[in-house]
Amino acid sequence: MNPTNSLASDAWSALSKNRAAWFSAMALTTMVLLVLLGPLVSPHEVDQTNWSKLAKPPSMDDGHIFGTDDLGRDLFVRTMYGGRISLMVGIVATLVSVLIGVSYGAISGFVGGKVDSIMMRIVDVLYAMPFLFFVILLMVFFGRSIFLIFVAIGAVNWLDIARIVRGQTLTIKGKEFVDAAKAGGVSTFRIIFRHIVPNLMGIVVVYVALTVPQVILVESFLSFLGLGVQEPMTSWGALVNQGARQMESSPWILLFPALFLAVTLFCFNFIGDGLRDALDPKDRTNINE
Amino acid sequence: MSDLIRVRDLTVSFKTRHEAILAVDRLSFKLKENEILGIVGESGSGKSQTVLSIMGLLEQNGSATGEANFHGINLLSLSMSELNRIRGKEIGMIFQDPMSSLNPYITIGSQMSQILAQHTDLTKKEREEKCVEMLDLVGITNPQKRFDGYSFELSGGMRQRVMIASALLTSPKLLIADEPTTALDVTVQEKILDLILEVRDRFHMSVILITHDLGVVARTCEKVLVMKEGRLQEEGELNQIYYSPESEYTRELLNKSKQINLVNSKDPRKEEKTAYEENKLVEAKEVSVLFDLPKEGLFAPRELIAAVDGVSAEILEGEIIGVVGESGSGKSSFSRTILGLQKVTSGELRVLGQQLNSQKTFVAKTLRQRMQVVFQDPYSSLNPRMTIQEILLEPLLVFFSDQDRSVRFDRIRDVLVEVGLDEHFLGRYPHELSGGQCQRVAIARALLPIPELLVCDEAVSALDASVRAEIIDLLVRLKNDRGLTILFIAHDLAVVRKICDRVIVMEKGKIVEQGDTEKVFQNPKEEYTKNLISSVPVADPRLEKQRRLERLSKAN
Amino acid sequence: MTNLKFIFGRLAGAIPTLLVLICFAFFLVKSAPGGPFDFERSLPEEVEKNLREAYNLDDPLYLQLTKYVGSILTGDFGPSFQYRDYTVTELIMSGFPVSLRLGVAAIFLALILGGTIGTIAALNQNSRLDYSVMFFGMVGISIPNFVMAPLLVLIFSIALNILPAGGYANGAPLHMILPVVALALPQAAYIARLTRGSMIEVLNSNFVRTTRAQGLPLNTIIFKHVLKPTFLPVISYLGPATAAIITGSVVVEQIFGLPGLGRYFVQGALNRDYTLVMGVVIFYGLLIIGFNLIVDTVYGFIDPRIKHNR
Repeated sequence: MNPTNSLASDAWSALSKNRAAWFSAMALTTMVLLVLLGPLVSPHEVDQTNWSKLAKPPSMDDGHIFGTDDLGRDLFVRTMYGGRISLMVGIVATLVSVLIGVSYGAISGFVGGKVDSIMMRIVDVLYAMPFLFFVILLMVFFGRSIFLIFVAIGAVNWLDIARIVRGQTLTIKGKEFVDAAKAGGVSTFRIIFRHIVPNLMGIVVVYVALTVPQVILVESFLSFLGLGVQEPMTSWGALVNQGARQMESSPWILLFPALFLAVTLFCFNFIGDGLRDALDPKDRTNINE
Repeated sequence: MSDLIRVRDLTVSFKTRHEAILAVDRLSFKLKENEILGIVGESGSGKSQTVLSIMGLLEQNGSATGEANFHGINLLSLSMSELNRIRGKEIGMIFQDPMSSLNPYITIGSQMSQILAQHTDLTKKEREEKCVEMLDLVGITNPQKRFDGYSFELSGGMRQRVMIASALLTSPKLLIADEPTTALDVTVQEKILDLILEVRDRFHMSVILITHDLGVVARTCEKVLVMKEGRLQEEGELNQIYYSPESEYTRELLNKSKQINLVNSKDPRKEEKTAYEENKLVEAKEVSVLFDLPKEGLFAPRELIAAVDGVSAEILEGEIIGVVGESGSGKSSFSRTILGLQKVTSGELRVLGQQLNSQKTFVAKTLRQRMQVVFQDPYSSLNPRMTIQEILLEPLLVFFSDQDRSVRFDRIRDVLVEVGLDEHFLGRYPHELSGGQCQRVAIARALLPIPELLVCDEAVSALDASVRAEIIDLLVRLKNDRGLTILFIAHDLAVVRKICDRVIVMEKGKIVEQGDTEKVFQNPKEEYTKNLISSVPVADPRLEKQRRLERLSKAN
Repeated sequence: MTNLKFIFGRLAGAIPTLLVLICFAFFLVKSAPGGPFDFERSLPEEVEKNLREAYNLDDPLYLQLTKYVGSILTGDFGPSFQYRDYTVTELIMSGFPVSLRLGVAAIFLALILGGTIGTIAALNQNSRLDYSVMFFGMVGISIPNFVMAPLLVLIFSIALNILPAGGYANGAPLHMILPVVALALPQAAYIARLTRGSMIEVLNSNFVRTTRAQGLPLNTIIFKHVLKPTFLPVISYLGPATAAIITGSVVVEQIFGLPGLGRYFVQGALNRDYTLVMGVVIFYGLLIIGFNLIVDTVYGFIDPRIKHNR
């Protein structure tokens, strides 16, 4: 038995009790499998153009189950490839922001005092920055690389996590078991990693689940504006952009990627919400205090 | 006198997803006009649900059947709007937690005025006059200012006064008080209980007082209901219940409360010591601990508050020394300073031969090993993400890292037996244990380093009465078996008197009085100590009556 | 007097934020490779000279920064790269009224819609109505503006043909309906969920139990006791909501072809019109800071506990 086991079982029992979250988790798993395996079983390639089948509506007969786009490319395969990019950006950038946010928040909360108030004042100031626009500026100035998207989005989204982790660290630090450990001669290192970090994991898991959809949204937003992922790569945002331009004549080019994007965000939000109800020990309105 | 309220076969149940829970089971009782009824019981006895159901305040999943006739009207059968013509007008109610029972977002005046607007035809101006007058009557100074102010500007006792004033606005026939003083310090409790008695006489009301404290009942009530697990155990006149109880359960409750009792409560196991060994484990000379108050602005001057203010005291080897005081007295800060969890600002503090001063925050590991601590809240003092085994292993890893695995497990097993648990608990997490079991684990953890000094910071305050007695027995036994020295911090004077050899009384960071427990309790020198001791209600109606007469004559 | 002091205190607190914003922008431009001040690429000498003059490039860095801050505070964002005949300030001022109109309408719609729905759901907690409100709320949060907008066009303009698919038409109300709805819906959904959670918490509080014991009818309890604490979190969410609305307006203006600030921004970004993009970003930043300031101050006046502490 170890603490992560108990956390995992907490999360598990929380999810299995919440039907919406449970259903979302199933849907999400299906989606991930589809996105990973779909292109493998499809007879079409992602960049394979077919001039005889430009913008064909979905049909079972020729294997274009989502139809084709205006260049005759198979929309199913493209949606799956877009999904890979969107999900990857979502997960990698979330990890970046969680890493920054958790370290920053935990240090601020644990050290406390003046360091804490200065660090939190910095977060306050950064909060008021129109970061999404700075990210766009970065894209404009430094060119549109996917690596930059990871870093930029990750760097923007850590503020929330830092605040919440700091609050949680303060709460845990005030708990009597931490005082008991201090009085019991336990080293600071061990107190942080044995007593504080395991008790932070719950809230971190919750905010990972809530940050992934935010990040996917930001990436899609950038791609929609033509400032994100570039051809030949694609993402759900880029596909929605492409679809929106010709929705009058061929609405399916918009509808399929839009549906995948919305359902994914929806599932992540529901899971995050369910986890928060179960694992977040703190009452939500107090988060900003 | 006629019956004001007649309850018959009141049954309250709650539906949860899996089962129906019976909170009150066919309870019947009567209350006469101008009578004070106490309902006592431990947690889970259904005493609060009884009155909540009468007031129509049950949670959404709760339902009540039976009858609660008030002036011949069955309150349980009324619609919400019919009920609203009675509650708040004919029946007033005050609650346990005065902190959260008042709305912090609107002024006290507007909250009070709304009650009058609902139940009377008074004009706005008349309402305000009446509210201010009522605030004045319940002993709130500067009532006009408080009328325009907010509840969070007041202390807990003052808020409870505001609650009482609000309840009295419509001159109700019945006042229901649900644990009205549980969250308050004893001296404040005394004043609030006296106020309830005073307004009862003035307004000719009946009162139902819900409490777990037999002393509070003895002090205030005329009639008593004893409840256990939703059922009535016994009912009768105050003196009859206290001096010739019929039910086994009542006798048990009374015995427990007399065992730990301020009057005549010397523990026979407490050894008579003629002279203390003069080995001082802790010596404090003029020790002060200052805290920063939160700053008002970035450049505002630093404001300091003294949590401990020039305290001089010592702890002798082999004694149990109690530190008592009300909230804000600095007793916990003092103990944290001794443990090295809090920096000394000025003065000299020598603990187990080592000097702790303001420059040094680092406390040597060897010193840590020699003193250990048990805290108040049994759940928050154990890491929820560690098993009992991991929790108990930790001090061994810190202090005895060279010991063999098998030796460690033997020691853990032995100490579990010593505190009254066994090895079956090792694989469990704290939330799977009861409060008392958690506190035993916390004690076991504190014992493993083989300390000389054990600090118990309100270690029994959060426990139910019966569990509290067991833990106290355990502590006394450990002291005798192991020759431990115990620093016992508590606000509960009765417990301190029962087990402590010496006692220190603190108020606002300063020591008011210290000395041998019996001497201090039997013959307190300082007014503050006298007050503190006499404020504690005792489960002895005759003594309480006599005390009240004394208080009244003193007041006149 | 204390009120004035409070407001001035808040104003003073925003100054560092403001400076950080401008410095961020300044150094971002300075460091950009291939940026406007990267003279390795060959620019016509004339242009380079103009630039050097306009941005005081011959001054030491700190002086450049101070002058830059000064010019922005006086509302001078310099000339546009792309629209040679206009200054950035002129472009901003021509686009801003359109965006303002759109944004204000969206905020109000989101607040009214979200607040009402959330309140209804909270008062019918755990009913079927409540569950469906929460479900559709989550759907609303999960559909981004740039998906919502084309879908609305698809339904209301193309399929039903009852509303125009785009164009500003000098702000004719009919033309504003779809953009405002597309912009407001996700925020309305969020506010509905926020309101519901907050209100349920207040309804379960001890002080509401007290008012029930005092015999106050439900209406009085809701209006006199519950609404204010319920909407405090909603008010503090207005800051982030504005930021989200501004972000959303960029795509919504793009989709509906509205000549607002967001369109200039996207055009500027795609055309590498550095000064324009920079100007718009700083302008957005100022808007967000200013709005946060207002929200913060209003909050301070509504929540008596903050008044008490100041």
